[in-house]
Amino acid sequence: MKLPSLRDVGTEARLLLIGIPVLIWTLLPIYHMFLFAISPKEDAFAGKLWPDHPTLNNFSIVFNERHYFLSHFWLQLWNSTVIAVAVGALTLFIATAAAFSISRLRVKGGRLIMNLALFTYFIPAAFLAVPMYRTMGIYGLLNNHWALILAMVTIASPYAIWVLKQASDKLPVELDEAAIMDGATTLQLFRLVYIPLMMPSLVAIGTYALLLAWNEYLYAFLLLSKDTDITLPVALGNFLAADDSPWELLMTTGFIYALPPAAIYYAFKRYMVGGLTAGAVKS
Amino acid sequence: MATMTVSTGDAVPRGPLSSRLTTTQIWGFALLAPYVLVFLAFVLYPVGYGLWLARHPASYVSLYHDPIFARAAVNTLIFLVIGINLKMLMALVLSGFFIQSRSWIKWLSVLFILPWAVPSIPTILSVRFMLNPEWGVINQLIFKLTGEDGPNWLNEPTLALSMAILVHIWKSLPFWTLILMTGRLAISHDLFEAADVDGASWWQKFRFITWPSVRTLYLTCTLLSMIWTLGDFNSVYLLTGGGPADLTHVLATLGIRYLRLDQLDLSMAAIVCALPLVLPLVYFMMKRLSR
Repeated sequence: MKLPSLRDVGTEARLLLIGIPVLIWTLLPIYHMFLFAISPKEDAFAGKLWPDHPTLNNFSIVFNERHYFLSHFWLQLWNSTVIAVAVGALTLFIATAAAFSISRLRVKGGRLIMNLALFTYFIPAAFLAVPMYRTMGIYGLLNNHWALILAMVTIASPYAIWVLKQASDKLPVELDEAAIMDGATTLQLFRLVYIPLMMPSLVAIGTYALLLAWNEYLYAFLLLSKDTDITLPVALGNFLAADDSPWELLMTTGFIYALPPAAIYYAFKRYMVGGLTAGAVKS
Repeated sequence: MATMTVSTGDAVPRGPLSSRLTTTQIWGFALLAPYVLVFLAFVLYPVGYGLWLARHPASYVSLYHDPIFARAAVNTLIFLVIGINLKMLMALVLSGFFIQSRSWIKWLSVLFILPWAVPSIPTILSVRFMLNPEWGVINQLIFKLTGEDGPNWLNEPTLALSMAILVHIWKSLPFWTLILMTGRLAISHDLFEAADVDGASWWQKFRFITWPSVRTLYLTCTLLSMIWTLGDFNSVYLLTGGGPADLTHVLATLGIRYLRLDQLDLSMAAIVCALPLVLPLVYFMMKRLSR
């Protein structure tokens, strides 16, 4: 092995010159949050890079709901979970059925529905928030978990249908033909041929919808208001209402809230990157 | 771009499926029905209702006379023109950085995704505290280094808006970098080898190989990001709350502000004002993706 040339050292140095700022830029807010979570109040406010007395006391306060801001922590965590899982499951059901219908059964008007769905996908969600809020009021669903679930399904479905349609267009049509030759009904075709072949995309889409619902703040805070109904992000936002917010507890709760989506993302990265990002922008 | 283009359904020949019109079509309608219902109840009806609320010309007159609306419109444009272009430029540069084959860059790219993978609320609140003029880590650092008090970050409209733009960039940069990386990786490596043989400079390789291949993708990403950024409520609302003195609102937060003040017609009218900009973009993107 020969020694690296001056040119190689220069290239490496230039790469580091980009890499180090990128690392700091990426991690700073997250590290800051983590630091608050493991610091007693005095240390957190002292602007230190590492607390003098790192502690897990904040976590214990959160888990035992020992602060009036946190009196429904477990219930709110549960609300977030139930809503996210419901949105994931419902989106998956609606989008798979629609994609199968449009792509494999080539239903009449399928193309129109696909275009309408895409149109919805591109309308900024914040623009739809106010009319959606009023609509849910008219339907009598305000302060009901179904309001948030249905709103999030509405937002998640268009992209879900589009990705699943793209994926199912790639399955060879001969498969369907062979199954029908063998006497399969449409439902059997759906259940026994289509679903198993689509598994990777279904995992990606289910995860996408679940994370979207878990992360949602705007719709959650518009549609739900009771302390026992709200999801965790709304509870985090409510911390801000007070002047003397317990920031170390806010950051601890935020850290706990951020862990599951990060873990899910990295666990399903294989599906997410292939299934979602490449499909997101087609050139 | 071979890997990015996915062939659409038109390529599939019409098989015996569509000839068995009756039962298949009935199943088709039945399976499509759930989404159609969702669309009718939660997209078409709210949109129609919103437009109906925004029907009074008087709403637009009062919007016109509301200085907060004018300010929000300008802020939104700044957010779009400066924020998005800065972000896409950074994404373009970083996509070139992350495709370098070094193991430490591989690890860095795994960490780099974090802002996109974690929910935005806790991280925005974390930034909010970092910028606290008295207790925040940034001003404490400024004080330690210079002995002077740092700026009151979130209390000066220009600084506050810049910070909201930075938070937006922080959050969505990884996503666009990832997409541009996919575009760059699709370029045939032979081209670069041939350029190396010819002694092309770094800039020439970018100018004549990379840029022509990713140009369309870059423009699509910019348009898409513009549409989505219009709906970015969290970056502004959770960082500045629209303050100080309602000077940092964007259209997404303004609608909610009017809702809070029970001025529903203004809320909808403000959104309708953005439609001439949004609808052509939306239509263009829809056509692109439904090909």
